[in-house]
Amino acid sequence: MVYLTRKAEFSASHYYHNPDFTPEENRRVFGRCNNPNGHGHNYTLEVTVKGEVDPRSGFVVDLKQLKEVMHREVLDAMDHRFLNKEVPEFLHRIPTTENIAIAIWQRLATKLDKARLHRVRVYETPDLFVDFYGEA
Amino acid sequence: MKAHLSRRYLFSASHRLHSEAMSTEENQATYGKCNNPYGHGHNYVIEITVSGPVDAKTGMVCNLTDLDGFIEREVLARYDHENLNMLKEFAKDVPTTENLCIEIYEIVNRGFRHAHLERVRLEETMMNSFEYAG
Repeated sequence: MVYLTRKAEFSASHYYHNPDFTPEENRRVFGRCNNPNGHGHNYTLEVTVKGEVDPRSGFVVDLKQLKEVMHREVLDAMDHRFLNKEVPEFLHRIPTTENIAIAIWQRLATKLDKARLHRVRVYETPDLFVDFYGEA
Repeated sequence: MKAHLSRRYLFSASHRLHSEAMSTEENQATYGKCNNPYGHGHNYVIEITVSGPVDAKTGMVCNLTDLDGFIEREVLARYDHENLNMLKEFAKDVPTTENLCIEIYEIVNRGFRHAHLERVRLEETMMNSFEYAG
């Protein structure tokens, strides 16, 4: 088994708000992230796939295909977007880094040809990142 | 669904690697420049990884303000701009980054209640790092 990781970057804005919370609760739980006008980050995405090395190509996965899938499924949808308002998963779910990692996993998991998705890592900043391994 | 959240924190401290169980020559042979009796310092980076179910109400594994507050109070306030050899946990143990990594893991594992601690990774320089997962 060999693991291969591909990186991508996207920039997006978001804010944290739960409509079931009172305004005071929202401010207490989410702090500055509760500003309804949103704020932004440069996100770094790392997608790790795993599989056996194909004896003919020497590849775990066709990197070109992985890059295309990441662009089509993730970057086209999220890059330079307001996540709360423009990405369907976040119309009713808070776009925390945790939920972004889960949404990206769900977008990619069924779209990869041979390799299996191992990990989705999303950096919100260089000092904060989330890993999702598809665990229930 | 279960996710892992990692957060990095910076602190600076000095130390000297020297074992009372070794002769002067053995200390020098084992620790080299790190055995300098006056000590030396590093900018350390701690990477804390916690895990847990993503809370449906908040979208979070744990609130970062809880994690940041805990690490600030219990770890950074203890180690930042200190000489590690002067601290009681290193009265007997050599303050190698291995031992410091284990100490930080024990502090977080003992006291942080908002998520499960997966591992502590400690960078001594950009070129070397240590991990402890219990």
